[in-house]
Amino acid sequence: MKNDIEIKNLYFGYDGVNVLEDINLVYSKKDFLSIIGPNGGGKSTLLKIMLGILEPKSGSILLFGEKPSEVTRRISYVPQDTLVNKDFPIKVMDVVLMGRLSKSKAFSNYSEEDKKIALEMLEKVGMSEFANQKINALSGGQRQRVFIARALASEAEILFLDEPTASIDTAGQIDIFKLLKELNQSVGIVIISHDINVALNYATKVVHVNKTLYFHDVPKSHNFKAFESSSEHLCPIELITATRCNHTH
Amino acid sequence: MIEILQFDFMQNAIFASLLVSIVCGIIGTLIVINRMVFIAGGIAHGSYGGIGLAFYFGIAPMLGASLFALFLGWIIAYITYQNTSRIDSLIGVLWAFGMAFGIILTDLTPGYNVDLMSYLFGAILSVSTEDLWAIGSVLAIVFTFALLFYKQLLAMSFDAEFAKLRGLNVKFLYFALVLIIALGVVIIIRAVGLILVIALLTIPPYIAEKFTNSMGSMMLLASLLSSLFCLVGLYISYTFNLSSGACIILVATLTFFIQMLTLKLLKN
Repeated sequence: MKNDIEIKNLYFGYDGVNVLEDINLVYSKKDFLSIIGPNGGGKSTLLKIMLGILEPKSGSILLFGEKPSEVTRRISYVPQDTLVNKDFPIKVMDVVLMGRLSKSKAFSNYSEEDKKIALEMLEKVGMSEFANQKINALSGGQRQRVFIARALASEAEILFLDEPTASIDTAGQIDIFKLLKELNQSVGIVIISHDINVALNYATKVVHVNKTLYFHDVPKSHNFKAFESSSEHLCPIELITATRCNHTH
Repeated sequence: MIEILQFDFMQNAIFASLLVSIVCGIIGTLIVINRMVFIAGGIAHGSYGGIGLAFYFGIAPMLGASLFALFLGWIIAYITYQNTSRIDSLIGVLWAFGMAFGIILTDLTPGYNVDLMSYLFGAILSVSTEDLWAIGSVLAIVFTFALLFYKQLLAMSFDAEFAKLRGLNVKFLYFALVLIIALGVVIIIRAVGLILVIALLTIPPYIAEKFTNSMGSMMLLASLLSSLFCLVGLYISYTFNLSSGACIILVATLTFFIQMLTLKLLKN
């Protein structure tokens, strides 16, 4: 089987302290991969390495058999739904068009073709009626759909998402995950998720990152327990499945 | 009202106001949406070092200030792009250094006393035809830059990381933007002074941002607002015989407070 992402013995660190140690991962884009783990455990760092924004200290990472920075056009990205500048003067359509940046000509405006594709992607995420609205008029969930449309407009093969639902209510989160599940029929989905319940419901592959990476198969049947206090050293999967996990590298 | 327009100096002042307003509308918008007001302030103040250097070595002050501002701009772009910690403190140091350096050099220049007040508040009523040409040239550069790179500037300002991932050379564009800002800031200082530059770079775009839904329309509205502030300020200054720069700033800041209060009241 051909792997679309292949990470081998990867290390990453700042100032001599390792953030990631001996990471090994294979992924093919038919999978819906959820990356879970504690804050500061290195999830976002790993995502940035996969996107080619950060370089590993040692070890190798290949996307489609090449260095990530060589294939940036074939992947795309959905950020956390924290918009730094809420008043930013931009319409939904113009946000989605940014996805066409590498496909459009340098010194001209976006083409009709670009606009057609952008509108198609807005339809796909159910946001086409908002095309001419200012971005700050949208709710967090709607904005996130727009960012997904922007990523889709790049015609990328794998979408990377960094906690896209962190500040969205549960119903909104489930809608987004349903959409991603649907999209996963044609593009790869790699998502960092805070909400383990939701992540497990939709993922076909789950990894737990806390300096090192543990690989999980998705438990067949979920037994969602209400857990009041979580122990630091307990793997979140164990909390949910209420069974002992056999961590395998 | 008509008789004001008969004076050459007033015609030049009005013309300068309009040119400067368009420059401010364009780069001010980019400064505000990129949160670079402090960077622009650092370059504007620090460039005084260039004026001192120019006097000391006997070259044209504007040339000295421009070159020095480009040099400072490059350092600041480097610091901010690297995202070094304590960016604001480092810019503060360059800000103070440039001003002190400039003042010491003018002290050391025999027989010449440069008027610091005209640098701070400008002298829009004594703008010469050559100054107009200089401002016009910078306007042409700024306008061409914004037009050619509109799409890229928008993408970088909104989400630099995403833009980078889509193959945009963010580093090049960011450095180019800071240098263009440096050039714009210096040329405007000659006409309207340091304090007015900062006011015109921030207030019109800040107001315009709330009422527009694209970067282009924000630039346009900011330019119009800036022109309005300048013309009303000039008229008040002429009528009551007050400092022109300070009048323009008061008109701008009062409008700013009024729109803020109005929006607050409308919300409640």
